[in-house]
Formats: sequence, structure tokens, C-alpha cells
Amino acid sequence: MAASEQNSPESMLSVENITLSFGAVRAIRDVSFDIKRGEIRAIIGPNGAGKTSMLNVINGFYHPQQGQILFRGKVRKQMRPHEAAAGGIARTFQNVALFKGMSTLDNIMTGRNLKMNKWRVNLLPAMFYYGPTQKEEILHRQFVERIISFLEIEAIRKTPVGRLPYGLQKRVELGRALAAEPDLLLLDEPMAGMNLEEKEDMCRFILDVNDEFGTTIALIEHDMGVVMDLSDRVVVLDHGEKIADGTPDEVKANQNVIDAYLGVAH
Amino acid sequence: MSDAASSIEKKDTFPKLLLHHAAVNGNAPAYRQKSLGIWQTLTWSQAAEKAEHMALGLQSIGLNRDDKVAIIGQNTSSLYLCFAAVQAIGAIPVPLYPDSNSEELVDILKQSEIKGAICQDQEQVDKIEKLKNEIPSIQFIVHEELRGMRNYVSDQLYSIDALEQLGHEKKSISSDSFRNSISKGIGSDLAIIIYTPGTTGAPKGVMLSYDALQKSARLAADQDNIDANENILAYLPLAWIGDHFISYAQHYLAGYTINCPESPDTLFSDLKDIGPSYFMAPPRIFERLVTQVSNRVQSASGMVNSIYRYFTGLAERVGAKILEGKPVGTLDRLFYGLGNLVIYGPIRNNLGFNHIKVAYTGGAPISDEVFSFYRSIGVNLKQIYIQTESSGYAFLQPNENVLSNSVGAAGPEVEFKVDKKGEIIYRSPGNFMGYYKNDKETKKILDKDGWIKSGDYGTINDNGHLSVIDRLVDKGEINSALIFTPQSIENKLKQSPFIQDAIVSGNGKDFVTAIIVVDPESLGSQLEKAGVGFSGYIDLSQQDMGFDLIKKDIDKLNEQLGKTETFSGLQVKRFTILHKQLDSIDGELTQTGKLRRKEVNKRFKKVIDALHSEKDTVELASNPKTEKSAGKSRKVLLKICNTTFNDKNGLDS
Repeated sequence: MAASEQNSPESMLSVENITLSFGAVRAIRDVSFDIKRGEIRAIIGPNGAGKTSMLNVINGFYHPQQGQILFRGKVRKQMRPHEAAAGGIARTFQNVALFKGMSTLDNIMTGRNLKMNKWRVNLLPAMFYYGPTQKEEILHRQFVERIISFLEIEAIRKTPVGRLPYGLQKRVELGRALAAEPDLLLLDEPMAGMNLEEKEDMCRFILDVNDEFGTTIALIEHDMGVVMDLSDRVVVLDHGEKIADGTPDEVKANQNVIDAYLGVAH
Repeated sequence: MSDAASSIEKKDTFPKLLLHHAAVNGNAPAYRQKSLGIWQTLTWSQAAEKAEHMALGLQSIGLNRDDKVAIIGQNTSSLYLCFAAVQAIGAIPVPLYPDSNSEELVDILKQSEIKGAICQDQEQVDKIEKLKNEIPSIQFIVHEELRGMRNYVSDQLYSIDALEQLGHEKKSISSDSFRNSISKGIGSDLAIIIYTPGTTGAPKGVMLSYDALQKSARLAADQDNIDANENILAYLPLAWIGDHFISYAQHYLAGYTINCPESPDTLFSDLKDIGPSYFMAPPRIFERLVTQVSNRVQSASGMVNSIYRYFTGLAERVGAKILEGKPVGTLDRLFYGLGNLVIYGPIRNNLGFNHIKVAYTGGAPISDEVFSFYRSIGVNLKQIYIQTESSGYAFLQPNENVLSNSVGAAGPEVEFKVDKKGEIIYRSPGNFMGYYKNDKETKKILDKDGWIKSGDYGTINDNGHLSVIDRLVDKGEINSALIFTPQSIENKLKQSPFIQDAIVSGNGKDFVTAIIVVDPESLGSQLEKAGVGFSGYIDLSQQDMGFDLIKKDIDKLNEQLGKTETFSGLQVKRFTILHKQLDSIDGELTQTGKLRRKEVNKRFKKVIDALHSEKDTVELASNPKTEKSAGKSRKVLLKICNTTFNDKNGLDS
């Protein structure tokens, strides 16, 4: 990371006047907000508000028809997912997207893919697993083991993830995202379908990730209690438009937000 | 030889033994701990150095002789070494259970006036921090793990690394202070205070001396030929005497290796990694492993099942005899050898019991079936009877004479008797020094000649072996005539694979009833096989099929009991299945997994009353703690089922 960048105003990523349509459907309409370095930023809104689409835009999976994204001060008009990943953006998915037949360890190892040294890992040494390849693998394994210990999933290290309960799969997915050493972590409903205890655990991990590694986090979440406790700032979308932006308390008091969630008589 | 050197030469305290091992077997492994997936070794000389730095560090943050230090956390090599570091200064460690909450700890910490606490992680630090205002004697808190501690600002808070750094600096000024400090300790000093989970009144801190711990550890080790080559897995609570005995006292005496698991959840895979040669566990661990084995065999193919059945049948007949070196027919021996290849060996290997020289179960009675299973497949499992007040040493089974229904004979140098009420009274080299600041309780238990009243009800058989039947206070009567001991019936019930726990009641009533807690794993797999769906524990527990299975097992037990005149009246007449598992966090079990009968009887009074009435259901709040505000919380309806009661008269005719 360049020194100048650390001193720059804290904005890590900003989306400016984004509009995204699928045919005639306008998923996102002229939305702008920013994510500051080191903060936990929540994106909330009722069903169909365009939250996941927004995440997909940031992540480079969708390309908006209008607007631009500034990531670390650089304009990215059409960023592709792998460029986003290489640039330090990692994410988890609303529906767990792990390799079900592979172990926890292997799943998290895949997250190291981008960090592997292309020169050291070439075909011949890799076929016989010797020399630089071996060294490289040990280094990555060490990193992954640190994540396993951090997320307290030692006991399921060798278990195929398909056999794990949902809450643990979510945790493994977070582990895989962390393996890429992201600067910006996008979490799409990290607590969906979890019981109270699992939610509490996940909250603790999210706060610890933010605290220990200084990772900037943007999350989509439905559980309002979680959002209000975790996040520094909240942006609220409804029908593809931004209706509020501010601290949890500000957002809670905003009439537009109350109307969007509770419904309003027309 | 200087005074300090000759004092250390006596090896009468644990820090002196640590110096001894570092000097004699410096490169032998003292501890192994799995960290980031790899077992990391700490040799005796590294261990001694670490303890030295920690001790000097503790000294420089204000720890003095006779101060008390709380140690609270899971089993890690650092925490074990903290015991030695604290003792090296002449201070007294007070280990506590990591799952206790602040309210449970406050009385203990107040009474022992702790000077500081050594905590494993943030969770424990938070508990102590919360109590700092109430307990002004606390001057420092040391934490092992750094995680989550980044934002804590306090000049009373030290990480173990920082502590070692302080110690390192102190050592460079005066290099002899560690040895000098250790040489001031003598064998009759107070070594440790271990609090027993009391139910009421002031906490009872059992004071044990170095002499008591060392003597009893030595006697027990000699009996089983325990030596420096043993490998053990340290996973039991640090605050339990059983763990302190084998993972600390005997570890220092024999000089063997302690292996600390990666996390509490990885116990069983770490067990497989290590393959310990010396092992201690409460019965529930052994029971759980057997249930796992039988569940897995049941889901295997028919052929595997019949091979398993044949060989376990054979093992039941001859396995224990072979283990004890008794004569067995040549053909049986040959087939047992074959069985060892195809069944027993692989099972042992899978459980991590392939290198077991001796395994102990204690703390609670174990069911006959589980006990003989292990012995039959060649695991030398034995029972012990220990109390904190006896330094963890009293009765143990000798290798050549192991009876499943007894806890064995008195260990060497232990005297005992059973009084008129049936209470076991003993005197041993491990006798405690008294309860800390609690003379009233001390006088109740310990008389001036050193006899300790165990509070347990038991009998002595012809070989002089002891059978512990129940707590004396729980002994009661049925029909105002029969002696009723709930625990003995509970143990018989627990032999059913579907029953995890049972609460038997009937004292002062006409008949015996039971509240059953089902094992979710074995009952769950049975239901799945039958195609019965269930959504969670509550649903699982109230399935008709579960009631049928449990009834069948209780009927079998009743038939057994009905055959003898003395027990016929103790048949379980009615039972229900509880909607939750018993838990120490809810206060239903002690931290070592024993039933808190008083508490449980109070909490489930409504259920017990219903069992002793004519009702066939009982309703209660799903969380019994909130019974008072039951209007708000969810309710569950428990069914009550009658069993087949074998009438004595029917048998006579």
C-alpha cells in the first residue's frame, strides 16, 4: 500500500450516480454513497430494494449503465470480478457458494489463489510437489491455519463443507474471503438463516476482523438489531433509490426509512 | 553446597522438580500444544525458562509470598506453567472453572482475596474486570491470548508475553533470584487451593500441601508403573482435582509429557493424534465414545455387523480375562487374536486408545456395560474413587483384580472404614489441610485424628473392595421401609444407549419415578432409520417412538429388579422424557458433570409431583429458569408413561 494512499482522505470506495437496469427494470437509480477506510458500512432495505445488485456492481459482476465507481481514488468504469478481487475486494454470498465436496481447509485455501506467486508455482514442480512449490504451499497453509484459528473452526478443518450446518458454512465462506487478505470485504447477508447463538458468533467475528486486520466491511443484512449494533454508518435503499444515509441512530429516526419498512398509505 | 542448592535438591515442591527435570532431561518434551494445526513441543529446559520469566515478571508486578492468584482458562501449556511460576514465588494458585460466570466467582475471589488473575482470553478477562470494583485486592490481570484485547487500556493489564519480558529484564539484573525464591519453599507449605462446587453457604476452598500432593501422586504412579515415557492428553478442567493430579502433580513427579488440545472441540481428533498411554476421563466421555462406535457399526453393512457381533461376543467372554492375565482356552485366545486384527485393534486405534497402559474413570459411577466394553477390547480401563480433600488419591483398582461394580481397594497407605450409617470414612497421605478460612466446615469433615468423612454412602465387599452407592444425603426410603438410593438406579438406567441422564425420585413416596434425558445422537439415528422426522431437541424428545424405546429398556430393568426381594420395590413405575439436556450452565450439573440433585429436584418439582400423581401429562416452561414468569415464555407439554411393574406377589406364585 502506498504511503500517500494511507494519508489520503479516508474514502476507500465511492459509488457515484450509479444506475443499473435489466431491460426495462431499473434495479438501481442514481445512487451515490461512499465507504470510508476502516469502517463497517451497512446497506439495508426491504426485499427487492437493490442491495445485492449494488454489491454486485461494487464487486464488478454487474456493469452499471451510468455512473462510476472510485476505488482507492481511481475511477473504475468497468471493473471485472477478478480485477476487483486482485484489487483487494473479497465477498461472501447470500446463498453459500462453497465447494461442497471439499474440506474446510481446501475451501479456504482456494481463497489464496490470487496471492500465489505465479513464478514459484509452475507446472513441473507442482506435479511433483517439491522445492519452491512446497515452500509456497507451506506459507499459504500457515496463513490459512491462522484464519482457521481466528474463526475457531479447528474442529472442522478436515470436514467436507457439505456436511456442515449452515451457520458453520457461512463461517467457512467468511474464512475464504479473508484468505484473499482483502482491504474491502463485502458480506451479503452474513447472518441469514442463523440462530441467535450463531448470529452472536458471527457478529463477534465481523467486529474482530474489522478490529484486528483493519478490514473495511460493507454488509447487507436484514436483522436490524445486528445492523444497528455493528455498523458505523448505514445506507438505506428502497426500490433502487437511496432514501437515507447516516449513522444508525439517524437512519432509525428517518421518516422515509420508517415508511419504507412499515409501509405507508398512498 | 549452598543452602539454596541443597534445598532445591530435596525436590519437595513442584518448582524444584521443574528445575530438576530441566537439569536432568532438559531436551525431553514437557509439553506439546497443537497450534495452527501442528503439535509444538516445549522441552523441560524451555519450560523451566518460561516459568522463570513468568515468575520474575509476576514478582515485578507485585506478587509476593502467600498471595493468591486465580488461574482461569482451558488447558494450555502456558497456564500449566503459570502454576509453577506462581508457586516458585511462594504464592498460591487458585484454579477456577472457565465456564463459571462472574456471579459464581465473586464469593470465591472475595474469600481468597486474590492479588491477581491469570486469564486465558478476553472472555475471562472481562469476567474479572467486572468484579474489580467489588474485590479491591485485585492488582493485576494477566492474559494469554491477544485477540480482542487491542482496545483494552489499563495499567493493571499484562499479556503473558509482556510478563515474560519483564521477567527477562529482572533476570538480567539478578540471575539467581528464581532459584533463591524456589529454595525458600518447603514440602509442608500450602501448594494450591482448589474450590469444590458447593451448593450452599460459603465456598469451600480445599487447601493441599506439596507433601500431600507429592506423596499421593507418587503412590498412585508406583501402583501403575507410570514413568517418564507416558503421554497424556490434558483436557479436563484445570480446577478439577483429577486434572491437577495427573496433569500437574504426577507430571512433575514422573516427568512425562502433557499434550494440550488445539481447542475444546477438537478433543477427539487430538486424542487420535496423540494416542495417550495414560488417560483419565469422566464416564460420560467413555460413554459417548461407545455410543459413537455402536452407531457407526449399526449403519454398516450386514456382514460387518455380524462379524462385529461375533467378535464383541467373544471379547465379552474372554477379553477381560486376557487383560488380567487369567487362563483362557487356546482356541478362544487364537480367535481373540484374530478379533484383535479385524475389530478390537481398529476400534482402539480409531478412539486413540492403542497405546493405553492405564485409563481411569472417576468423578461419577460408570455403567457396567460401558466399563466392560473397554476392558473386553483390551483397554485397561479402571475405576478410581477420589475426592479433592484426599488430593485426588484414595481408592483405585489394582491391575489384577478389577470388578465392574466397585471402585477398587484402598490405595497403599490409605486407611478406611464404613460407619453405621454407611458413610465411607478414610485417612490418607493426601489428606487436605482444611478449608480455607472455613473452620466450621473443616471440623464437620475432618476430625483431629485425620479421618475424613466422605459424605458418600458405600459398602465393602468380601475382597475389601469398595462400592460407592450414592451421596449419603440422597439416601432415602421407599414405602417407609426400603433403602432408596437414586444414583444407583440412575446408573442402571443410563446403561440404555438412548438414556443420557436420568433423575430418579421417590424418597418418602410409595414408588420410584424417573425423568429421562434422551441421547440425541443414538435416539436420533434410530428415528431417522424408522423414517420419523423431527425438528429439534424438544421435538425429538417427545416422539412416541422414543417413549416406546425407553419404556422397553425400563421394562427390562424392572424385570431384573423385580427378581430380587430387596430391589423389587425400587422398580421405576412411571417416567417422562425431559425436553432439554441437563447442563452445567443452567446449574443442573456440576462443572464436572455430576447431577446437582437439590437444585434439579427444586427446578423440576412440578414434573416430579406429576409423576407421583395420576396425571398423564405435565406442562412447564421450556426454560425452567423462567418458570416464575411462565406466562410469557414458551411452554412444553411432557407426556408421562407408565411402565410394566413386576409385582413381587406375581413372582412368588
